[in-house]
Amino acid sequence: MNALLLDRIHFAFTVTYHYLFPQLTMGLALLMVVMKLIALRTSDGRWNQAARFWARIFAINFLLGVVTGIPMEFQFGTNWSEFSRLTGGVIGQPLAMEGIFAFFLESTFLGLFLFGEKRLTRLQHLGAAAMVWVGSWISGFFIIVTDAWMQHPLAYHVLENGTYEVASFWKFMLNPWAWIQYAHNMCGAVVTASFVVAATGAFYLLEKRHEEFGRLFLRLGVIAGLISCVIQIFPTGDLHGRYVARYQPAAIAGMEGLFQTRKGAPIVLIGQPDERTQQIDNPLAVNDVLSFLIYGTTHAEVKGLDAFPPDQWPSALPLLYYSYHIMAGLGTWFLLLMAVAAVLLWRGKLYSTRWILWPILLSFPLPYIANTAGWMTTEIGRQPWLVYGLIRTSQGYSAHVSAGNALFTLLGFLGLYSVLSILWIVIVYRFILTGPATSADALPGPGTPTLTTA
Amino acid sequence: MGFVWFWIVAVMIAAYVVLDGFDLGVGILSAFLARAEDDRRTLIRSIGPVWDGNEVWLLAGGGTLYFAFPLLYASSFSGFYLPLMIVLWLLICRGASIELRMHTDHEVWRTFFDGLFFLSSALLAIFFGAALANVIRGVPLGADEYFFLPLWTNWRVGAQPGILDWYTVIGGVVALVALATHGALWLVLKAPGELEDRARRAASVLWIVLLLVTLISLPATIAVRPSALDNYRAHPILFLIPALVVAMLIGILSFTRQRKPLAAFLSSSLYLVFMLVGAAVGLYPTLLPSSTDPGRDITIAKALAGPHSLHVGIVWWSFGLALALIYFITSYRLFRGKVTAESGYGH
Repeated sequence: MNALLLDRIHFAFTVTYHYLFPQLTMGLALLMVVMKLIALRTSDGRWNQAARFWARIFAINFLLGVVTGIPMEFQFGTNWSEFSRLTGGVIGQPLAMEGIFAFFLESTFLGLFLFGEKRLTRLQHLGAAAMVWVGSWISGFFIIVTDAWMQHPLAYHVLENGTYEVASFWKFMLNPWAWIQYAHNMCGAVVTASFVVAATGAFYLLEKRHEEFGRLFLRLGVIAGLISCVIQIFPTGDLHGRYVARYQPAAIAGMEGLFQTRKGAPIVLIGQPDERTQQIDNPLAVNDVLSFLIYGTTHAEVKGLDAFPPDQWPSALPLLYYSYHIMAGLGTWFLLLMAVAAVLLWRGKLYSTRWILWPILLSFPLPYIANTAGWMTTEIGRQPWLVYGLIRTSQGYSAHVSAGNALFTLLGFLGLYSVLSILWIVIVYRFILTGPATSADALPGPGTPTLTTA
Repeated sequence: MGFVWFWIVAVMIAAYVVLDGFDLGVGILSAFLARAEDDRRTLIRSIGPVWDGNEVWLLAGGGTLYFAFPLLYASSFSGFYLPLMIVLWLLICRGASIELRMHTDHEVWRTFFDGLFFLSSALLAIFFGAALANVIRGVPLGADEYFFLPLWTNWRVGAQPGILDWYTVIGGVVALVALATHGALWLVLKAPGELEDRARRAASVLWIVLLLVTLISLPATIAVRPSALDNYRAHPILFLIPALVVAMLIGILSFTRQRKPLAAFLSSSLYLVFMLVGAAVGLYPTLLPSSTDPGRDITIAKALAGPHSLHVGIVWWSFGLALALIYFITSYRLFRGKVTAESGYGH
């Protein structure tokens, strides 16, 4: 294994693991604000307890997001030094801004939210929750702006020493690719949080434990889940797909497994791409649909991989194809599940319908897989470029760091993150078993002043 | 522009050292001061609401360094690859141990996380001190402005040094003692009852060690990098900085004796600031000196990002930092005073 490949695996592994946490906390932050809002408007103390319960789960996920996030910023310098040297004048900007505008906000108000419930008024405590939400979403924005510039570079110029600099700050921040990707990504985070909240509710009802909270969680999770699943597909997913098709046609051909350019291009639902024979094995495909999805007419011509020189093909083609299909397939399943659950909720049957509670419970890991697959689609689709059309991935890594050193730290991260995963699962599972109403704070009735669990 | 960004980055690093410094110090002392479970919980609670925000200064400072001096970021982060990765692992272990300890009722797990908290805090202090000493000593920069340092070679300060040599070990020890003192003074301020007395006694003992290692580190620095005195000789007024370092050391001792814990803590904060400012003055305008050929030094002029980025950066940086200061003042005011029994969350 050479250093380049190890550096790629290093980044891919650490960022994939890292993103397990923010996708939950960014979505959950919004849902906690909703819980605090309902508590304030209805004076129903149960919603405050619900918020406190989720705050505990939020806190541990946030912490793991922070400690696994620091290596991401460092890795630009450690493993991708040539990329950092060349583009620091562009992407250093949003990364520095993330620290200054988002992390200070998030960490301070999370401290107030978790430790300050007694010292703050109810409205102030809601405000602290809202600031945590805003901070986490600003943080997400700066990361997406960074990624969007690598996907779709604009508003830059090249200095004499060959490095890149931002030519227009506002054009860079208003990169349309960034805003579309941001909407799609944040919505995906809400899907994860909704499924986790709904699955916890389903677990309580099936287990006949904390049933009162089970109903609250299920209701909130299903409503938020349905809304986010719809927006995830239309308009955000649709827009994102069209944008990729316009600016990264080779990526879309790889995602769809379209080897040959053709009019009335089909969409492949299932099938295995074979790079050698350049066709899809065992295909289940619907003609014309891909042309329609991208161009709005069934006869439009869609460029296949044959339209591009092989050195510009996405370098891990089958992985790209599967990532995209897993994401899209799961997105469809989420919408179906949440739509049926919402109908049952509306008709007042959701809480007692076991055949829907079971799939809701079992589906909670799936949004994690879908979000990961979505990110893999976008990042593998960008290959072989590090910055699309400007810098190849093979130009960006740290040539002075030997493969042996890169493997050493990759193994270190693998080991450390394995241990963290076990602790994380044990602790979150224990929180869920203990439930919102602990002995330390018995159920307060409506209007009871808030209590902190000591 | 280069001058401004040099000092912006220096101020952010100093803010990190002062703020995360006291919670690292609490971690170092946790193994010695806490006797019963109550003490340990008090120690954690004294930093509970703020340590995470303190650590953000490292990220924000790192991000600002990346943005303002991309070449320095690229060269130093890849060159210091191994120690930086170890720092990352330590930060992960430390963060996890603080948070997870709050969520377990089992003696074995608590002891495990306490040990991890102590060990990671102490090693981080040593690594940060050694890192600064590495920058002062210089690294074997190649013609392409990159380098790679092993963890250690022959422990000597030569043309091909390792991360650890006798000089950087002194740097690590200074940081360990300075942050432990800083943490002790924080605990005098925050901890109630007997724990406060123990912290005060620890601060007095640590003070003597700190005085010694500080006095050793100054001539050692001049021996390793004689050019560190160039700026001082050109502007003798700058010799005020080492004088202030000594003044702050005296301040720590006398304010602790007069039972003025806030003044003592601020003295130790300023001690850290003046130590760092003194080092920065010695380096300026070099960012990372070469240990082989002064012509290969990475200087501000070589590493500075493009002018447009930096002009825009000044605007948002000033605005963002003003906001951050407001958050910090709000948070420290809200959690001011002694730690109380019910100021935790979770269990």
